Amino acid sequence: MIEFTVWDILRNLLLATRWTIVLSLVSFVGGGMVGLVLLFSRISRRKWSRALAKSYIELFQGTPLLMQLFIAFFGLGLFGIDVPAWLAAGLALILWSAAFLGEIWRGCVEAVAKGQWEASASLGMGRLQQMRYVILPQALRIAVPPTVGFSVQVIKGTALTSIIGFVELSKAGTVVTNATFQPFTVYGLVALIYFALCWPLSKSSQILERKLNVAHRNH
Amino acid sequence: MNYQFEFGWLFEYYPQIVKGIAITIELIAVGAVAGILLGIVCAWVRALGPAWLKPFVAGYVELIRNTPFLIQLFFIFFGLPSLGLQLSELKAANLAMVVNLGAYSSEIIRAGIQATPRGQFEAGASLAMSPFETFRHVVLVPSLERIWPALSSQVVIVMLGSAVVSQIAAEDLTFAANFIQSRTFRAFEAYIVSTAVYLVLAILLRQALSMVGWAIFPRRAAR
Repeated sequence: MIEFTVWDILRNLLLATRWTIVLSLVSFVGGGMVGLVLLFSRISRRKWSRALAKSYIELFQGTPLLMQLFIAFFGLGLFGIDVPAWLAAGLALILWSAAFLGEIWRGCVEAVAKGQWEASASLGMGRLQQMRYVILPQALRIAVPPTVGFSVQVIKGTALTSIIGFVELSKAGTVVTNATFQPFTVYGLVALIYFALCWPLSKSSQILERKLNVAHRNH
Repeated sequence: MNYQFEFGWLFEYYPQIVKGIAITIELIAVGAVAGILLGIVCAWVRALGPAWLKPFVAGYVELIRNTPFLIQLFFIFFGLPSLGLQLSELKAANLAMVVNLGAYSSEIIRAGIQATPRGQFEAGASLAMSPFETFRHVVLVPSLERIWPALSSQVVIVMLGSAVVSQIAAEDLTFAANFIQSRTFRAFEAYIVSTAVYLVLAILLRQALSMVGWAIFPRRAAR
């Protein structure tokens, strides 16, 4: 039997970690773009647009990410598209993170004092101008800490894509376990790698929150 | 697309689906009760507890919050046996959910405790209450009341996250969906139906938790 050192295991896990990072980036950026669309449709004046965005968010926040992955993986196949795991994984994660980001950002826009809308309206600004010059710059400041915090959820969410067969850190953990019969070491290391990815983000989210809040109080 | 949707045949599998729903409900019931209790203990340690214990609890909370639930589950189910701790699928799933929710809820509850005005502690002390009595009778309930909505959302999130326990062959709702899928090859219907069931469960759970909130915190009704 081949003996595996901890270094052998760690090296293979680290090689797979890049796919976790790539998938996280794709999901976060793509989710951000779709989330922006959701945000605007959620605060739009048109009732149907608000209702549509709301039911989208309810649907994606009220069902397990794993099920969304399964449906993307098997569902797209029905349209005659040959779905590789990475495509289903990316698509499901983008749609899922969009629902959360859209909702987080809506909270931030609504946290801007109502008087700001009224003041900018009284200056004769159109709705787009109000958003562009008055509301978004202030909302952005509030939005940074929770957005950074949510990126941790995205990284953790990518672990589920191993179940539909996308080879990233979690899947590599399973594969390496099957080869080495050392689940304790392997999953321990996998957990530590995830921790190393996520903890700096959580921490900076906390620090940003403190900093921006302090600045906010001084106004 | 020439796929014919058919949901009728799913009735054949209703025993599996019902069993899956029952296990998912059982998992979240145990997870929520034990997880919130664990969260209260951890929150107490981090806010008011002995200094030597704080780093341990902080480490536990940070570690759990920054790793995926799936890996925690695998570590408990596959990893712990090498330490001589072999758990059944259901026990491992239960333990993972309690450990997970414990970490998240402790952070939420801690925020509630820290929002308690100092005067409340002083008032408790001036009535000759011990620190523990003050915590139990003066601080805890209003703190929980303050953060109950956030805690409820976290419980719903953990319930949805429980879908992955099917990966260690715990026979929850997702396991039932996979079972049906592997028997019939009608993946789409099986997953759509179970997704819809999860959605209903999430809505019902949120309702149930807010009703529990009304029951535990009757002062709310008076306001």
